[in-house]
Amino acid sequence: MSIEIPPWVDREQLPVLAAGLAAVLLLLGLLGFLVARRRGRVAGGESSGGGKEDAVARASSTPASPRSTAQRFRAGLARSRSRLASRLAAALGAGGPDLDDELLRILIESDVGPKSAQEILAGLGRLPAHGRDPEAVRAELRGRIEEMVRGPGEPEQLPSHPWVVLVVGVNGVGKTTSIGKLAARHRALGRSVLLVAGDTFRAAAADQLEVWAGRSDAGIVRQGEGADPSAVVFDGMKSAVARDVDVVLVDTAGRLHTKTNLMEELRKVRRTVERVLPGAPHEVLLVLDATTGQNALAQAKTFSEAVDVTGVVLTKLDGSARGGVVVAICRELGLPVRWVGLGEAVDDLEPFDAAEFARALVGDGEEPPVA
Amino acid sequence: MFDALSDRLEGVFRKIRGTGRITEANVEEALRDVRMALLEADVNFQVAKDFVDRVKAKAMGQEVLRALSPDQQLVKIVHEELTATMGGAAGKLDLSGEPPAVLMLVGLQGSGKTTTAGKLATLLLGEQRRRRPFLVPLDLARPAAIQQLKTLAAQVGDGCGVYDTPTSGGDPVAIAKAAIEQARVGGYEAVILDTAGRLAIDEDLMAELRRVRDAAKPRQTIFVADAMTGQDAVAVATGFRDGIGIDGIVLTKMEGDARGGAALSIHAVTGKPILFTGVGEKLSALEVFHPERVSSRILGMGDVMSLIEKAEAAYDAKQAEALQKKLRKDEFTLEDFRDQLRAVKKMGSVADLMGMIPGMKKLARGQDMAGADQELARIEAIINSMTRQERRDHLILNASRRKRIATGSGTSVAEVNRFLKQYGQARKVMKSLTRGGPRGLLAQLGMGR
Ligand SMILES: Nc1nc2c(ncn2[C@@H]2O[C@H](COP(=O)(O)OP(=O)(O)OP(=O)(O)O)[C@@H](O)[C@H]2O)c(=O)[nH]1
Ligand SMILES: [Mg+2]
Repeated sequence: MSIEIPPWVDREQLPVLAAGLAAVLLLLGLLGFLVARRRGRVAGGESSGGGKEDAVARASSTPASPRSTAQRFRAGLARSRSRLASRLAAALGAGGPDLDDELLRILIESDVGPKSAQEILAGLGRLPAHGRDPEAVRAELRGRIEEMVRGPGEPEQLPSHPWVVLVVGVNGVGKTTSIGKLAARHRALGRSVLLVAGDTFRAAAADQLEVWAGRSDAGIVRQGEGADPSAVVFDGMKSAVARDVDVVLVDTAGRLHTKTNLMEELRKVRRTVERVLPGAPHEVLLVLDATTGQNALAQAKTFSEAVDVTGVVLTKLDGSARGGVVVAICRELGLPVRWVGLGEAVDDLEPFDAAEFARALVGDGEEPPVA
Repeated sequence: MFDALSDRLEGVFRKIRGTGRITEANVEEALRDVRMALLEADVNFQVAKDFVDRVKAKAMGQEVLRALSPDQQLVKIVHEELTATMGGAAGKLDLSGEPPAVLMLVGLQGSGKTTTAGKLATLLLGEQRRRRPFLVPLDLARPAAIQQLKTLAAQVGDGCGVYDTPTSGGDPVAIAKAAIEQARVGGYEAVILDTAGRLAIDEDLMAELRRVRDAAKPRQTIFVADAMTGQDAVAVATGFRDGIGIDGIVLTKMEGDARGGAALSIHAVTGKPILFTGVGEKLSALEVFHPERVSSRILGMGDVMSLIEKAEAAYDAKQAEALQKKLRKDEFTLEDFRDQLRAVKKMGSVADLMGMIPGMKKLARGQDMAGADQELARIEAIINSMTRQERRDHLILNASRRKRIATGSGTSVAEVNRFLKQYGQARKVMKSLTRGGPRGLLAQLGMGR
C-alpha cells in the first residue's frame, strides 16, 4: 500500500523525519541478527501438553463447602442473571437470525470470544424459529459450555511428597492472594505448607506473602528485595526437602507475558525447582483475572510455552466479569481451570465447578424474566 | 497493541483485493470477517455491530471512488469509521478557570489511577505546560496507596506537591477540601485527586465519590481503565458515567499486546473522549490519544505524524542533516551508529516505531519485537566495549580485538561477528536508500511519489 505524505506534513520537517526513519531502518537491518538469536531459544521450550493428566488421577470437583460456593457465585451472578434471562426470552420469542445474534451477544459479553461462541452455538443445531422453550435452549447451552470446560481439579490425595506448586501470571491478577488461600486449604487438611517468596522485585511483595503465611499458619522462605529469584527458590526448595513439608507453594513476580527477558527469568526459576527436586514442580498454576478479555488466551499460550502450565486459577469472579475466556483456554490449550477466586478473604477460594461456571454465563432460569 | 486486530483486518482486505469491484456479496463477506476480528479484539458487541452496519451503508452507497480498488475503498471507509468510533478529534484536558483546576481520577481497583496521577503530574509540569501539580491521595482504605503516591510525587520532581493524607482515619471529603485549600495557598495550578477503587462498581463507592465530587467541584472527572479489560470495560465506564459523571477517559497498559477493544468501544458507548493512553511504566509514558492516528496504525498505514513528533524531540534539524550526509557518503561509523541507537531509544520502543512507519508493521510481523529492544541494549554494550579508534574504523577489528570486545560486553565472539556483518549490510542499504535525499528516502518507503 503506497501512501502519500499527508498534506499536513510540513516540508521543513522532512529532513528530521527522514533522519528518524533512517535511524530506525538502520536498526531494523540488525533485526536479522536478533531473530536468528531468538529462534534458537524458542525452539527449546516445547510444551508437553496433557501428559500430566494421568498423574492427576480422578479429581473431586465437589467443593469443600458446597453451599458457600454456590452462594458466592450466585451473589456475583444475580446482577447479570435477570438481564440475561429477559434477553434470552426476548430473543427466543423473536426467533430467526436475531436469535443467533442474541445468543452470540450473550456469550460475547461474558468474554467467551467469537470463535468459542460460534462453536458453542453451532453445537445447538438448527433451532426452530419460534416457540421453543427458552429453558430448554438455556439448558442445552449450559450443557455445551459445561462439557467444554469440565476438567480435573487438584487430586484429593497428593500424588507426590512434597507437592510443589509454582504460581505464575501477569501483574496484579491475584497470585499472592491465591497462594495464601491455597495454603489455608492445605493446612485445614492437616498438611504442612511452606511458602517461597519468589517475588523479589515488587516492593513489599515478601511482606505480603509473610502476612498470608501468618494467616494460614504456613512456613515461609524469603530473602531481601532485589535478590535473584532463582536463588530464593533454590533456598526454599532445599529447606522444603530438609523440613520434609507436604506442600510447597512458590510465589513469583507478576510479569507481562510479552516481556521476553522476564519470561526467560521465569524459565530459570522453573529449572531451579527441577534441579533441587527432579519431577517438580508438580503443578504450575497460571492465575488469570476474570476481567481480562481475549488477551488472557495470549497470556495462557505464552506462559505455557515458557513454563509448561498445568492448570488455571480464575480470580475476581466475585465482580461483574464472568471470565468466559477460559472456555477458549480449555478448548484450545487443554488447560483445566482448577480454582476460582471469589473475594479477598482467606476462604474465598473454591475448586472450579464447571456446572456453576456455565450457569453464571447463561443464567439458570430460576428468576422470572424481568423487562 | 492492536497487533492481533491489525493482522486480522489485513487478511480481510487481502481477500477482497482480488475481486474487481465492490459488490453486495463480497462486502457482506468481508464485513462478516471484520466483525469477527473486532469481537476477537474485545470490541463491545453492539459497537462492532453498529460499526459494520455503517461501513456497509457507506460502501454500498454512492461514495464509490473510481480511482481506488475495492480493497482500498474499503480500507478508506473502515479508516474513517474507526476514527469516528474512537471519537474523531483528540480530546483536551481542561485547566481553564481560576486555579487550581481540580482533576478527579476515578476507576476500579488496579486500573492504574495512582500511576496515571503521577504521569499526569509529569505532563503538566513538563515543558509544554509548566503548571505546578498537587497530588492528593484519597484511597484511605489502602495505606500503601498513600505511600505510593508520595513516592511518585518525589519522582515527578521539584514543583510537584503532594498532600500529607493521614494513613488512618479521616474522611475523603474533608481531606479533599483541605488539600485543595493548601494547593490554592501554595500557588499550585492543578490538583489531581487519586480516589479509592473497588473490584466492581458498588453503591458505597459511588456515594463516596459523589460526596468528594460535590465538595471538590472538579474541572474534569477522568475515568481510568485498564486497556486489557474485556467486555466488562464498557459496563464499568457506563456505570461511572451514570453514577458520578465523567468528562474524559485514560486507558492504561496499552503497551502490552492489549487487543484494543476498550479503546475502540469506550467512546462509542459512553460518548466521552479518550484523552490519554498509558504506554509504559515510566512517568513519561503517557500519550495524547489521536483517534485518526490510531486508526491509521490499526490499518498498518503507519503514523507519520507521531513519528515526526518523536523524531523532533530526539533530533534537531542540523543533526538530521549531518546524519543524512554521512549516510549518503558512506561515512557512517560505529560511533555515529551508537548515537543513533541512543536517539532511537529516546524515541520509543522498536515495536512502537515500526508501527508508525507505513508498511513496516507487516515487516515486523512474527518477529520478536519485545526482545528487540533488549537486543539493542546488547548491541550498545558491544559498541561500548570498543575503543574510540575501533568505533571510528571498524576495519581494524581483528580476531583478538573481537575477542576482547566479546568479553567486555558479556557476549560471544560469534555475536560480535554477526553484529559487524549486519552493520556492514545496513550501511549499504542506507547508502542506497538515502541517495535521493529526504524525499527519495520517503519515496522508497512508499510515503511519497
Ligand atoms: N475481589 C477479589 N479480589 C481479589 C481476588 N484475588 C485477588 N484479589 C485482590 O487483587 C489484588 C492483587 O492481588 P495480589 O495477590 O497481590 O496479586 P499478585 O498477582 O500477587 O500481584 P503482583 O505480585 O503484584 O503481580 C489484591 O487487592 C487482592 O486482594 C479475588 O478473587 N476477588
Ligand atoms: Mg504477588
